[in-house]
Amino acid sequence: MNKLTGYTIKMVHQAYSEKMLTPTSFIDLSLQRTKQSRDLNAFVCVTEDTAETHSIESEKRFYISKQPKVLDGVPIAMKDNFCTSNIPTTCASEMLKNFVPSYDATVYSRLRRAGACLIGKCNLDEFAMGSGTVDSIFGPTRNPWQYDKKKWRISGGSSGGSAVAVASGSCLAAIGSDTGGSTRNPAALCGVVGLKPTYGLVSRHGLIPLVNSMDVPGILARNVEDVATILNVVAGPDINDSTTIKKPFEPITLKDIDLSQVRIGIPKEYHCEGMSREVIDIWGLVADLLEQQKAQLEVVSLPYTSASIAVYSILNQCEVASNMSRYDGIEYGLRANVNSSTEELYALTRHQGFNKVVRSRILAGNYFLLTRNYVKYFIKTLKLRRLIMDDFKKVFSPDGGVDLLLTPTTLSDAPLYHEFVAKHNRDQCAFQDYCTQPANMAGIPAISIPITLSKNNLPLSLQLMGPPLSEELMLNVAKKIESLVKFPILK
Amino acid sequence: MILNIVKRTSRTSLNFIQIACRNLNSKIPVLPVPSLTNEFTSTVKIERNTIALLERLSLVSFDTDEGLNILEDSIAFADKILHIDTDNVEPLYSVLEDQTLILREDKVTQGNCQKEILKNAAVTEDDYFVAPIGNIPLHEVEVQTESTKLKQNEN
Repeated sequence: MNKLTGYTIKMVHQAYSEKMLTPTSFIDLSLQRTKQSRDLNAFVCVTEDTAETHSIESEKRFYISKQPKVLDGVPIAMKDNFCTSNIPTTCASEMLKNFVPSYDATVYSRLRRAGACLIGKCNLDEFAMGSGTVDSIFGPTRNPWQYDKKKWRISGGSSGGSAVAVASGSCLAAIGSDTGGSTRNPAALCGVVGLKPTYGLVSRHGLIPLVNSMDVPGILARNVEDVATILNVVAGPDINDSTTIKKPFEPITLKDIDLSQVRIGIPKEYHCEGMSREVIDIWGLVADLLEQQKAQLEVVSLPYTSASIAVYSILNQCEVASNMSRYDGIEYGLRANVNSSTEELYALTRHQGFNKVVRSRILAGNYFLLTRNYVKYFIKTLKLRRLIMDDFKKVFSPDGGVDLLLTPTTLSDAPLYHEFVAKHNRDQCAFQDYCTQPANMAGIPAISIPITLSKNNLPLSLQLMGPPLSEELMLNVAKKIESLVKFPILK
Repeated sequence: MILNIVKRTSRTSLNFIQIACRNLNSKIPVLPVPSLTNEFTSTVKIERNTIALLERLSLVSFDTDEGLNILEDSIAFADKILHIDTDNVEPLYSVLEDQTLILREDKVTQGNCQKEILKNAAVTEDDYFVAPIGNIPLHEVEVQTESTKLKQNEN
């Protein structure tokens, strides 16, 4: 019996006040849990000493100065593409295996300022390029649901380590990143809540970039309320990230809302080829539940969604080609053993440092960016990106539009590892990211909520999307759905 | 025989729709919506010159035929959206295009971190990063790899 999966931030704080638990004892339990669940390979590194130091600080604030902060004694984990000073940050790549940042990502420094205790850095697909957490130099992360040493399911990705750390009870919340669904996809497959905030609401400073125009830090927790608590701590303008939204952030509040005033759209294009019958069924089930709560449901259309995955794939590869040019072996990271010429050093370093997926995206990106292809592919996809965003603008328009959209998150429950790796990375992502990447294309917020278990006893989840900065309404409706479906806790 | 199969298939799909209609909320689409992408997959072949150019620009090599196949496959996937009409549509570079960027004051806020920065470099000399001789363009990658191997063997 794993009691840790039953805790919420509120319960832990209550227990600290009543001294049923103390920050040091609870962090110790969390660290033990990381050891018991080592087989799942959620962590790239467990920061045991750091966690203990942090928990002692929290304990002092709880019992000596009696001024605890919102996240004091709350165990958190960071995806290993967020910089943490003096703690290695690897991106699960040979290229950054020995990289130790000298500064903290804003998301991490804000969590620390609120008292959170770091228990470890989480596994991911190399440089967050994937949807399975299978392409990491530290090996794949395993889904805790129906886990069997010989026959296990993928965690989803690329923030698979963060999702598994939360699902298996090693921490109360974790930070992932979301470029095309990398937070929502593993959240969906591991049965936890995963939030992709509005682009620019949460600072990217210190998040090692994949696709600058789409990357956002994501939040994973076992319930909507904990996600909201973390969001309130990390969101808001940051002088170190010029792409954060300047408007001051108003902390969101959760309340029991009246759904009769909420209009929810069902975009018909989200029923795509290859979607499993079970996913369609739970989509209908939750639509029924919402209608019973008097929400106004209507069918809407986002015609360019079906082209979005191909557009996303081109833009992703173009930005990757440009972003990855910083890795040359001179200033940081891996340096190959060549001294004959600079270019030769660059080439061999990059050959040794990047896996096949990263290399092929760089090559494809540079192909689309060749002078002769620039307009044909790159500019074309930027135009299509506008059409995809305009679809959302229309559907959310204040006059006659809907407030939120309800769609599946993934096309099926978690695939078996050996079935998943039989496909190429591009096919894996094209299949897995279908429902999630349009939100990144448009920069809008989206949340994945676990709904029920499939016939394989694996989590099935749905997604809500809303217009920019609609996190408050979105999380309130998500909380309502959560209370109606009563998704089981992983024992 | 053939007729039988056709009959059976059509009955199955009808059953499917009936079942779907009976169980599903009426707002959920019963069948997948056809995609805007082109169903036809083009065959793409990359020329030798282009391969060499891409390797030089990317400073990574294809190393195997599989790498080349992946590229050709990526291009074929991209080609599926080229037919969609985008006349008179402006490219979207950033979803925050209607907002102004934050500009901070031009003041030094950080510094004295030379030691921390340099400690991540594999090779340094005094206060400098170290690079081998520049101005030697990367040659054909095959030749390059061979010469690298040779040098390593000599070592």
